[in-house]
Amino acid sequence: MIDQGDGCQSTDEEAALDRAFLALADPIRRAMVARLARGDATVNELAAPFAITKQAVSKHIQVLQHAGLVTRSRDAQRRPVHLDPAALERLTAWIDRYRLIAEDRFRQLDALLAALPPPTTPDPPHHEHTEHAPHTEHAQHQEHQEHQEYQEHQVQQQQEEHKA
Amino acid sequence: MTNSTSITAAPGLPFIDVVREFDAPVQAVFRAHVQPDLFARWSGPRGLRMEQVELDPTAGGKWRYAFRAAGDQPFSFFGVFHAVERDALIVQTFEFNLAPGQVGLSTTTFTDLQGRARLALHEVYPSVAARDAALASGMEHGIVEGYERLDELLA
Repeated sequence: MIDQGDGCQSTDEEAALDRAFLALADPIRRAMVARLARGDATVNELAAPFAITKQAVSKHIQVLQHAGLVTRSRDAQRRPVHLDPAALERLTAWIDRYRLIAEDRFRQLDALLAALPPPTTPDPPHHEHTEHAPHTEHAQHQEHQEHQEYQEHQVQQQQEEHKA
Repeated sequence: MTNSTSITAAPGLPFIDVVREFDAPVQAVFRAHVQPDLFARWSGPRGLRMEQVELDPTAGGKWRYAFRAAGDQPFSFFGVFHAVERDALIVQTFEFNLAPGQVGLSTTTFTDLQGRARLALHEVYPSVAARDAALASGMEHGIVEGYERLDELLA
């Protein structure tokens, strides 16, 4: 597990991190970084998969450069764009951000699972309650609470779908 | 009480390991991974509609799904199932349309915990840089909206 750091970063370092995260907030720039992880590429090569102008691509590259994520060699005629793996690695120290996204995704799965009929009983018989071992009062209470929690997730999810 | 997620990504190694438990039977957790309509309901980022979800969960079967974001630019993920054991194991390759040729391998194991289930995901990337790019891009779903506004200011 990567450490999140000791929280004693200087303001300069924080500003640099902010610029890097900001640069990566754009899906096209993330795609460029993913492409550059495979190897250096020219502006034309980076532009190829996108339905945007070469000027827009250059602008994206400038943002990545400003964030310290990529560099461009001055001498070579093609001026290929080069990813700085160390700069990227500094970002991954902020793995808690990744965790939040993973958590969010899994909570959506929790909500879905709570809404699914039990797969072991596709056609639940009417007398199903008599087939189960009797629940303790505590277990029933807990189940009820958890069910409510899932329903809240469901409601929240539906609201967000409406907004989208 | 929500189950916590364990994520391990050691520096210098091209792996990501994720472990999470679910208060649901292992059969349901597995189904949510292989049935396209169910998969689309949870696996995508909130606010983005997952489209063209195709899953053929058999050895050699293909899978893919897509999103639209940022001016209709399509983003898609695709690959091939290598091994599928019902309620137990999924081994699949994965690739991102905008990073062609960078193929990863993911192994998902499902463990029956007597009514509950444990999911363990092990991803192998073609390079450490590719792994780090994937980790960094994980931010997309949570904080992107806030940054997009800032982004517009800076454009």
